[in-house]
Amino acid sequence: MTTTADKAAQGAAPAPVETVTFTLDELEVTVPKGTLVIRAAEQVGIAIPRFCDHPLLAPAGACRQCLVEVATPDREGNLRTMPKPQASCTLEATPGMVVHTQRTSEVAATAQRGVMELLLMNHPLDCPVCDKGGECPLQNQAMTSGRATSRFRDVKRTFPKPIAVSTEILLDRERCVLCQRCTRFSEEVAGDAFIALQERGADQQIGRFDEAVLDFDVPAGAARPDATGAPFSSYFSGNTIQICPVGALTGAAYRFRARPFDLVSTPAVAEHDSCGSAIRVDHRRGVVLRRLAGEDPAVNEEWITDKDRFAFTWQAGPDRITTPLVREDGVLRPASWVEALELAAEGLARAQAAGGVGVLPGGRLTVEDAFAWSRFARAVLGTDDVDQRARVHGPEEAAFLAHAVAGTGVGVTFADLERAPAVLLAGLEAEEEAGVTFLRLRNGVRRNGTRVFGLAPFASRGLRRLDGTLLPAAPGTEGEWLRAIARQTTGELLPARVDAEPVAAVAEALARPGAVVLVGERLAGVRGAYSAALRVAAATGARLAWVPRRAGERGGVEAGLLPGLLPGGRPLTDPAARAEVAAAWGVAPEALPDAPGRDLAGILDGLSVGQLGGALVGGLQLADLPDPQHARTALAAAGFVVSLEVRASEVTALADVVLPVAPPAERAGSYWNWEGRVRPFGQALESAALPDHRVLHALAEQLGADLGAATALEAHRAAGALPAWTGRRTPAPTAVPPVPAPVEPGTAVLASWHLLLDDGALQTGEQFLAGTAKRAVARMSATTAAAVDVFDGDLVTVSTDRGGITLPVQVTPMVDHVVWLPLASAGCRVHDALGAAPGDVVRIAPAAETPAPSEPPGGAGTGRGGAR
Amino acid sequence: MTLTPVLTDTWDAERSWTLDAYRDRGGYAGLRAALAMPPGDVVQAVKDSGLRGRGGAGFPTGMKWGFLPPDDGGPRYLVVNADESEPGTCKDIPLLLASPHHLVEGIAITSYAIGCRHAFVYVRGEVLHVYRRVVNAVREAYDAGYLGTDVLGTGFDLDVTVHAGAGAYICGEETALLDSLEGLRGQPRLKPPFPAVAGLYARPTVVNNVETIASVPGVLSRGVDWFRSMGTERSPGHGLFSLSGHVTRPGQYEAPLGTTLRELLNLAGGVRAGHELKFWTPGGSSTPMFTAEHLDVPLDYESVGAARSMLGTRALQVFDETTCVVRAVSRWTDFYAHESCGKCTPCREGTYWMKQVLHRIEAGEGADGDVDLLLDLCGTILGRAFCALGDGATSPVTSSIQLFRDEYEAHITGHGCPFDPAAAALFPYPSRRQPILAGGAR
Ligand SMILES: Cc1cc2nc3c(=O)[nH]c(=O)nc-3n(C[C@H](O)[C@H](O)[C@H](O)COP(=O)(O)O)c2cc1C
Ligand code: SF4
Ligand code: SF4
Ligand code: FES
Repeated sequence: MTTTADKAAQGAAPAPVETVTFTLDELEVTVPKGTLVIRAAEQVGIAIPRFCDHPLLAPAGACRQCLVEVATPDREGNLRTMPKPQASCTLEATPGMVVHTQRTSEVAATAQRGVMELLLMNHPLDCPVCDKGGECPLQNQAMTSGRATSRFRDVKRTFPKPIAVSTEILLDRERCVLCQRCTRFSEEVAGDAFIALQERGADQQIGRFDEAVLDFDVPAGAARPDATGAPFSSYFSGNTIQICPVGALTGAAYRFRARPFDLVSTPAVAEHDSCGSAIRVDHRRGVVLRRLAGEDPAVNEEWITDKDRFAFTWQAGPDRITTPLVREDGVLRPASWVEALELAAEGLARAQAAGGVGVLPGGRLTVEDAFAWSRFARAVLGTDDVDQRARVHGPEEAAFLAHAVAGTGVGVTFADLERAPAVLLAGLEAEEEAGVTFLRLRNGVRRNGTRVFGLAPFASRGLRRLDGTLLPAAPGTEGEWLRAIARQTTGELLPARVDAEPVAAVAEALARPGAVVLVGERLAGVRGAYSAALRVAAATGARLAWVPRRAGERGGVEAGLLPGLLPGGRPLTDPAARAEVAAAWGVAPEALPDAPGRDLAGILDGLSVGQLGGALVGGLQLADLPDPQHARTALAAAGFVVSLEVRASEVTALADVVLPVAPPAERAGSYWNWEGRVRPFGQALESAALPDHRVLHALAEQLGADLGAATALEAHRAAGALPAWTGRRTPAPTAVPPVPAPVEPGTAVLASWHLLLDDGALQTGEQFLAGTAKRAVARMSATTAAAVDVFDGDLVTVSTDRGGITLPVQVTPMVDHVVWLPLASAGCRVHDALGAAPGDVVRIAPAAETPAPSEPPGGAGTGRGGAR
Repeated sequence: MTLTPVLTDTWDAERSWTLDAYRDRGGYAGLRAALAMPPGDVVQAVKDSGLRGRGGAGFPTGMKWGFLPPDDGGPRYLVVNADESEPGTCKDIPLLLASPHHLVEGIAITSYAIGCRHAFVYVRGEVLHVYRRVVNAVREAYDAGYLGTDVLGTGFDLDVTVHAGAGAYICGEETALLDSLEGLRGQPRLKPPFPAVAGLYARPTVVNNVETIASVPGVLSRGVDWFRSMGTERSPGHGLFSLSGHVTRPGQYEAPLGTTLRELLNLAGGVRAGHELKFWTPGGSSTPMFTAEHLDVPLDYESVGAARSMLGTRALQVFDETTCVVRAVSRWTDFYAHESCGKCTPCREGTYWMKQVLHRIEAGEGADGDVDLLLDLCGTILGRAFCALGDGATSPVTSSIQLFRDEYEAHITGHGCPFDPAAAALFPYPSRRQPILAGGAR
């Protein structure tokens, strides 16, 4: 997407950094102008104790632990010592300043000792039972700058032991040192102040306020209400636990579970979205007990979503498949690897002969696995019937990805988002679908005044916290909007239906250098949208990036896990491309398919009518697919099904051979995040479980082929083996958006997307986290609601011929004749219950007197084996 | 020394708070004079007058206005601090009750001078009657054309909003006041940026005390020389001195800066009959206390500073020999512990601890070393706290220990307070000599 000219304009030679030189504990230090003394001290290895200071939060100067003695030159150049010690976390270094820390100044040391004594005075002595004990800044600094005995013999301030801030977070007010890191985080970084200071003096405490005051999503934001009745609503709350410098904020799941010094930590990468957030996995004797945010200034800074932090039990649940399974007389039974691989190879060979094998690897693969799957499909099974997209998809998207994403390397980065003058989000709710992207956008909005535009049916709370401008779009009309923006820029006529004023505003904003268009995978469901997005980028000069939801999707695009696409952006139909790939894979070019194959829908169709002989499936959750029922019948009808899975799922029940594979914690690998950055991670737990690439390698051996993925290293090298593709690329799609049909009375257009916390398979087993999810509601405008005679809070049934979903209505300022449902929340599995996708027309009506228990058919047992 | 009634001049008038009463004595002449001048000249006149902030710190007012950055076309604000809550300070509230138009006229002049189109008055929440008076005065001024659009036909527009706080001492601190006015939790802001650069709603803002702004009309109507004819070279002008405590006639005495407590006591009929001065505060409880030795210290910024205290708000709280200094300091410390906003460790935790130590000492449960502990705690708070409230909390403790350490020790060694609070009370009060729980009263 990015032309070289763009990049040059962006990266104009940076202005030389203005520096200041000053003295710190007798050392001469030169730092960029504006550097805080505490940061400068860090750079030269001098540790100044602190509590409230945090490099990613605005200075507060609240705890006063970081006091230092400071002298500055006056006009004549004579050094003058400031009468009071200064807080080094709020003080910018100035030329000629002389700073003495506790190491060289008795004044500073005394001040710090005094503050420490005061902090400890009211602090409970419960370190032996405190989660933070052993990794506690207060404990550590009490050792370095505290007194051995306390002079305090009066009455401590006490509070009842912890209050539940949410189901996931507990607050022990006695331990709190009131540094305000947590409140500043939620205010500044996440922008969803779910806790705030209340009371004053020694009674000051962190607490929660009424929902009405804090602009919560009500009732959508309602998790379990606390004593004040206020629901909790933050997707980033876990970060407060991590930055709390004492054990005041603790996680319900980890509380009282472990001692930090018993834990073994492994740096890793979160598997829940395509951001590639750095995390740290802490385990004790083979059991993962918690995950923390890792530090990566380029990607997630020091923040992760609550899903990244808390949702890890899925990897070690009771539904883990531990041995290969083979079907005998209609029943699955454990088998040895040798037997299972033999049977799988035989079956696949038969299926290949009987029409071919469809390959559905799912969107959560590591890069190494993705390349192994791609090669297995093309070089071993000789098919191009391969599609990783377990979601709404289409040929226009495949062409878009092949044209504009595959093999483009690192494009728009998180840092670019922060610096962008304007960002347009299309088919993407950043907070719900790519949490860290939302935080980085918010940085841009707050620090650099980035203007955010959201193409959506309503302004979500996330968009509002980006001070975003809503471009109101009914589902299906996104393409029309994008086309209008492109036409506006090129000076073409706009269709009469389009509201010219906002279009002009966006077009103008996107024409500014550095502007970005972020498109989400949901555009796949809107004809003409990806095509128009490309036109917008071309016309305005804005850079375009594709932000899928799942961690493996970008890597899969690179590996060619789409029909018609070989690794590195090579079009399958290009002979030179096929020749390069064949050479790298050590096969004859003729061995590779040369005609584009079927996509997911085509494969399922092929299986159900017997055109295809079998399927090779990886970690697929059927309920996630656009038409789960169709998928179930297709796999049931398939001649032979091999499934590679971590846990038992619906597919397990339909498979002939099940080969267990390792979850992320039990293997090394890398994800390719949406920026195009490779995010390698190490193996946290020792495990006998095999990653996909090794299983596929063994299966290939059975079929007499070499997959070159026998070890992690080999697989990793294989993923990087091909040179950059310089040949012809897949042409850009040029689909034209349809004219929206009028909506009949009693119906509405369905809008839907995944909420961050929902009924997803990777969140099972984490009840504390589930308690903070938004409750499912049906959103519609007052007009839409009035048309079917329902009011806010009433139950409404959204239905199709397939079935219905009944939920409370939340009247929302939004586009008329549209109903929004969460795509896959508990009790609201849209694809499964309605067989419909966003953009489809659905019926809406007041719910019948007694609503059926709102569990939709097949929706409950996500990923649970034996459900069928 | 004679009194110099300027702000108090109209207090004896019939319905002195009304616009008519104010105009009868020449009110709003200053505004007419100012509107005839370019704004810059008004600022210069206030600079030349040497008027210093009457809110406590004594910062030169004209200089403060001069710190505003050049007009960038956006809004800039005047915020009047009427949160008066310092123990002993009792000047702004009586002034607003008796003669609110002094302030309203001052607001109009100041706003004109600094280019403000919307001024705010932040009134302490508990004084509802004062709030009503100010609201009324503002309404009268709107009706008379002193406020609103096209003030007195000059094309100058000015709106005034009167806001009631919720009753927190810290909201008198100017940056906490601004946060509170914006609807946030009242806690002091980090400076820089200073209010002059980024104050209310992050716009250039002048925060001044009620008395400061109320003193501006006189400078304009009667001139700089008149103003400077009162007070001292560096502390010119008139000021309200609030005498309270063991004084025969407590109240507000408006006198030139540089007057002395001896002179003021003469006017006020002296210390309560039959008693003698023990200690007093020159500027409210946050200023180190004085004794009879300081009766002749001129009450101007420089002289009080040289005597190691602060002129503060000229809240002269007078205590005679019946007063237990430990008890007085303990009550003040209760106030600071209660009013600490909680933001910073030294003040939040330090006042909490000091309060308990003082209560113990007063109750006869003090321990050896407690007095030094108090001094240590003050050392940890003073100059280490985030704002001046914390510093102020240490003044009564340190100064009283300096002056009356024996008395503290006597409480500790004697296991109790040697004073009878009833003797110091100016109202009926149960004597400690008669056990409260014994006897007839249920
Ligand atoms: C804890 C605290 C309380 C204060 N309370 C008041 C007050 O009630 N009224 C006031 O005018 N200034 C008060 N001040 C001083 C103000 O911060 C500020 O200096 C003053 O309003 C400036 O006005 P001036 O320059 O006209 O004196 C207080 C300061 C502190 C630290
Ligand atoms: S809960 Fe933790 S982070 Fe929050 S103010 Fe207290 S000590 Fe600081
Ligand atoms: S000194 Fe600190 S705790 Fe006390 S009022 Fe000021 S900011 Fe608040
Ligand atoms: S770290 Fe500097 S005041 Fe808290």
